[in-house]
Amino acid sequence: MAGPAASLESYSGTSGLAVSLRGVTKVYDSGVNALGPLDLDVRNGEFVSLLGPSGCGKSTALRLIAGLNAPTAGSVRVSHRADQARAGHSIGFVFQEPTLMPWANVRENVRLPLKLARAPAADANAHVNDALMQAGLSEFAEAYPRELSGGMKMRVSLARALATDPDILLMDEPFAALDEITRFRLNNDLLSLWRNLRKTVIFVTHSVFESVYLSQRVVVMTPRPGRLGAEIRIDVPERGEEFRTSAEYAAYCREVSHALTPLQSGRRGS
Amino acid sequence: MTSLETPRLSAEQAAPESRALRLVRILLPIVVLAGGIALWELVVRLNNIPPYVLPAPVEVFRTLIADWPVLSQSLLTTLLTTLEGFVAAAIGGVALALLFNQSKWLEYSLFPYAVILQVTPVIAVAPLLLIYLPQQTAVVVCAWIVGFFPVLSNTTLGLNSVDRNLAGLFQLYGASRMQTLRYLKLPSALPFMLGGLRIAGGLSLIGAVVAEIAAGSAGAGSGLAYRIAESGYRLNIPRMFAALLLLSAAGIVIYGLLALTSHLVLRRWHESALGKEN
Repeated sequence: MAGPAASLESYSGTSGLAVSLRGVTKVYDSGVNALGPLDLDVRNGEFVSLLGPSGCGKSTALRLIAGLNAPTAGSVRVSHRADQARAGHSIGFVFQEPTLMPWANVRENVRLPLKLARAPAADANAHVNDALMQAGLSEFAEAYPRELSGGMKMRVSLARALATDPDILLMDEPFAALDEITRFRLNNDLLSLWRNLRKTVIFVTHSVFESVYLSQRVVVMTPRPGRLGAEIRIDVPERGEEFRTSAEYAAYCREVSHALTPLQSGRRGS
Repeated sequence: MTSLETPRLSAEQAAPESRALRLVRILLPIVVLAGGIALWELVVRLNNIPPYVLPAPVEVFRTLIADWPVLSQSLLTTLLTTLEGFVAAAIGGVALALLFNQSKWLEYSLFPYAVILQVTPVIAVAPLLLIYLPQQTAVVVCAWIVGFFPVLSNTTLGLNSVDRNLAGLFQLYGASRMQTLRYLKLPSALPFMLGGLRIAGGLSLIGAVVAEIAAGSAGAGSGLAYRIAESGYRLNIPRMFAALLLLSAAGIVIYGLLALTSHLVLRRWHESALGKEN
């Protein structure tokens, strides 16, 4: 499947899983019960969207998978290749905001994860150039973040996540702040990246249309505390502008919206 | 039709208008200065005010040129003291801020004393320093005391103003403490640090002058402030004005140089150094 040396950390029996959450809850210091208990399995190479209204804990779930926060209870397991010392290196994270270093140009921003991992310079250069090309940024390598549009900044953020060649891409509403035209383009580019690189992608969004367009599986989450509401498989092999305007797409969107609506109204009801 | 043309007209006028405004902003203070000097000269001449009460501007300039050998030597001394105090303040302030950032314990134990050092008027501390330290050292220490706090507090503020998401990113990629400091905290703090240095430059000059004035009665100093004190005792009022003029000029140059440095360092990326068109 993914890599020749693919191996799972402590549960080889269930091989093929990239991420596995079991009974995960998160209670913040303020006492807010943000998440769970949540069970979620994501297979290697799968594209999964976490969909839900704001405050449903989907970003929290992502941060737990990334290891940025520790769960209050339950277990978070992330597979990684045998040659990677830390699970963190097998993860690329794209934040809601581009989160770029304003004092460094595009190339240096993309190089950051490799620099922090103390990768050899020649190796790092090759990886950085690859990532820049994959994100369509080769011509902008020397530009500073302030000189770029919102969409381009997001591409830099994506290129940086790809620089370490991770197995898993975690994306936290990455395109939420962009205009629709830019978002469509980035959606298409992300899909072709996913198709070519065969990464596992967990994509957090609050857009029904985006989740249906991108993913193989939409996981609808309930608000406060975030739990699994519904799961909808999107069995469409070919995506593209044609799919976006098809009746099939509209039907899937309707199905996902329906799965979302009772959760929404239940929250507003009281 | 007219309503359509109006915005276009105003848009075309905007550019020359702003240029004219900029010119006015430069010219107005110059006009005020020239007017003030002319008025001063006129008042002195019309009322026949003797130079030991109020020297005319022309008289001050004449003294400046005539006494240049003495005054330039004093200027050099004061500038050297200021520079030493400033460098010590810059190094001390940044180093202490870095230590505070690495250890909360150290920050909690020492920060109140940094504040006390700052809020105690340096003019009151100077005489004591002059008793316990050699005069040249005491003067530099005074310049350091007033200069180092803005560097410390601004750098501390900068080190604590790191973007939370960027900090998360560094954590995700397993950055060590040193890497986080070098690649994230220091660059983030740089604009704040430079702001602190800009304040410290002017304050170091004030500290140097205060210490020289305090030492002045001892008569061993030779800085500009000492010249002012000395000229005061001798009722050489034109020389007092000339020395004062040099001090002001020195302050302006120091501020200008530091502002320029800050601009050159930050111009590629920081909001403060970017043109309005961005």
